[in-house]
Amino acid sequence: MTALLDINGLTIDIDRDSGPARVVDGIDLSILEGESLGIVGESGCGKSLTMLSLVGLLPNRIRATGGTAHFAGRELLRLSPAELRKIRGAQIGFIFQDPMTSLNPVMRIGDQIAEALIYQTGLDKPAAMAKAGDLLELVGIPSPRERLMAYPHELSGGMRQRVMIAIGLAGSPRLLIADEPTTALDVTIQAQIVDLVRDLKDRLGMSVVWITHDLALIAGLADRIAVLYAGTVVEDAPVDLIFERPTHPYTRGLLASLPTLTDRPMSRLPSIGGTPPEPGRRPAGCPFAPRCTLAVAACQTEVPRLRPVAGSDPRHRAACFVTAKEGAAA
Amino acid sequence: MTAPLLSVRGLRKEFPVRLGAFGDRAATVHALDDLSLDIVEGETLSLVGESGCGKSTTGYCLLNIQRPSAGSVVYKGTDIARLDDEAMRPFRRDLQIVFQDPYSTLNPRMTIGEALSEPILFHGLAPKAALPERLRQLLADVGLSERFASRYPHELSGGQRQRVAIARALACQPRFIVCDEAISALDVSVQAQILNLLLDLQQKYRLTYLFIAHDLAVVRHISDRVGVMYLGRLAELAPAEALFARPLHPYTRALLSAVPTTDRRTATTRQRLQGEVPSPLAPPSGCRFHTRCPQARDICRTAVPALREVAPGHATACHAVTSPTATNWEETPA
Repeated sequence: MTALLDINGLTIDIDRDSGPARVVDGIDLSILEGESLGIVGESGCGKSLTMLSLVGLLPNRIRATGGTAHFAGRELLRLSPAELRKIRGAQIGFIFQDPMTSLNPVMRIGDQIAEALIYQTGLDKPAAMAKAGDLLELVGIPSPRERLMAYPHELSGGMRQRVMIAIGLAGSPRLLIADEPTTALDVTIQAQIVDLVRDLKDRLGMSVVWITHDLALIAGLADRIAVLYAGTVVEDAPVDLIFERPTHPYTRGLLASLPTLTDRPMSRLPSIGGTPPEPGRRPAGCPFAPRCTLAVAACQTEVPRLRPVAGSDPRHRAACFVTAKEGAAA
Repeated sequence: MTAPLLSVRGLRKEFPVRLGAFGDRAATVHALDDLSLDIVEGETLSLVGESGCGKSTTGYCLLNIQRPSAGSVVYKGTDIARLDDEAMRPFRRDLQIVFQDPYSTLNPRMTIGEALSEPILFHGLAPKAALPERLRQLLADVGLSERFASRYPHELSGGQRQRVAIARALACQPRFIVCDEAISALDVSVQAQILNLLLDLQQKYRLTYLFIAHDLAVVRHISDRVGVMYLGRLAELAPAEALFARPLHPYTRALLSAVPTTDRRTATTRQRLQGEVPSPLAPPSGCRFHTRCPQARDICRTAVPALREVAPGHATACHAVTSPTATNWEETPA
């Protein structure tokens, strides 16, 4: 399989009055055709910014300042806004976290989906509305043709997220980026949405990137997981290996601090002390070193690169001086 | 078991709302319907359920932050659900709450020290001279150094703010704390820190928690007993261990089944609940779950199932469940 998207050494800075502050520091990531990649990390680790930078949707004063991102043979970071506009939606679809603020409240949902279709495929209005009805059916909305005339406030949160997915799929993208699409939803509705996107991915043969902070959620739906910490990828591996042989101390800490349905109740959870570094106050060496119990002298001065984990699958890589060498023995 | 700290009977809460473009249609949100339970001193009772199931409303009604439409909440022999603000004040000291969002619960113009001093001075719990020592101790209790007393909320991270919110609840030396989604807004690694803190404080001060949450793994981890709510009613109430090992109500089973798990083997064999929670403006007749229940029969559409104890301490409100073993699960619905 070939890489559909290949990100190399991506850096993103926030322009502050006091000068630029780095939030994404040299991210390497690739996504294969038809693959489902989970990007996991805590707030502020740069997981959303990385994906937004690909399609030119970074907020004001935040800029991609280095690196490359090849998508289907094109270098995304060098494209003009007009060229990016053609890629957004048609090649790369997005589903955002909050369907209430992402939909236009005074526009019928049929018109909102048709708008995307008309722009991306040049259909005329009646054909676009018919296609919009098909899309609503595809995402499992009951009586889809009637719902075309509904306003967002008439739909529940789960239904709105289904509409968002329909809009994300309108241009038949090759890559769908789902940025925490279920965070605002209840657990039973979350399960429905996860099943829906997984099913659509298989039927439509897309690649999907899931951005989430929920390790348990991602376990059931990604082929591969990249763990982000403070704007760098600290571990990248097939999903089973992340859970069976977590290697980077941060990944281990995250997994250990997660209460599960099988652990011993009332026990103290092993937690990671401290907090992630602020943008602009990154430590000189490994960004996790100040919170790491295994840190050695080299961690304070040198930034570890992703390297294959000794004795594991060749696709299993971790950015750690200490644990990547010893392998996943611990 | 010891005597209950709080005894809740027939608690009901309805919110009148105006619907339509000009607010010309009156309607009622049935948020909480006939809830009865006892909260035992020193325990952690958790309430779980989807948005709109009435779990937060229960917490607010228990503390008389929202006045219940009917029912009683007996604390120290007094029905506090009937008290007005003035009469409620002495009880507020004992009954505290920690909210979900640590960003909006602290006054941005007050230093942490001022925020923590306010309840102490208000309730006259310490003379002014003893304040610095009390603040130092409160901050130490929640794992913050005394330097934080002079800082403002915007200088703190989300986890630190939630520690301050907990310290503020502790400032009154309460016996009972409602934790309303108190860790939901926090990152995973910080969540674990705050959970540990809550467990430590409970031991140290013999606190009783009503823990309102939607994360079932967290709930299982810290609860003695768990109540599962659906559309304003208790569907099941049981010791945590029993509930997670052997859920009896069809809704509990579906809810547990929807929890994502890091175990890939179970991730693919999940039972799916179809449809969504009906509107609390017009809750279904009979058992409120019957519109989504795979086991629903005729009786479920007409008769409200009572919350019955089917095993020691394990109560469930389902017509089909009569004992932990004799259920009608495998039969096809009528």
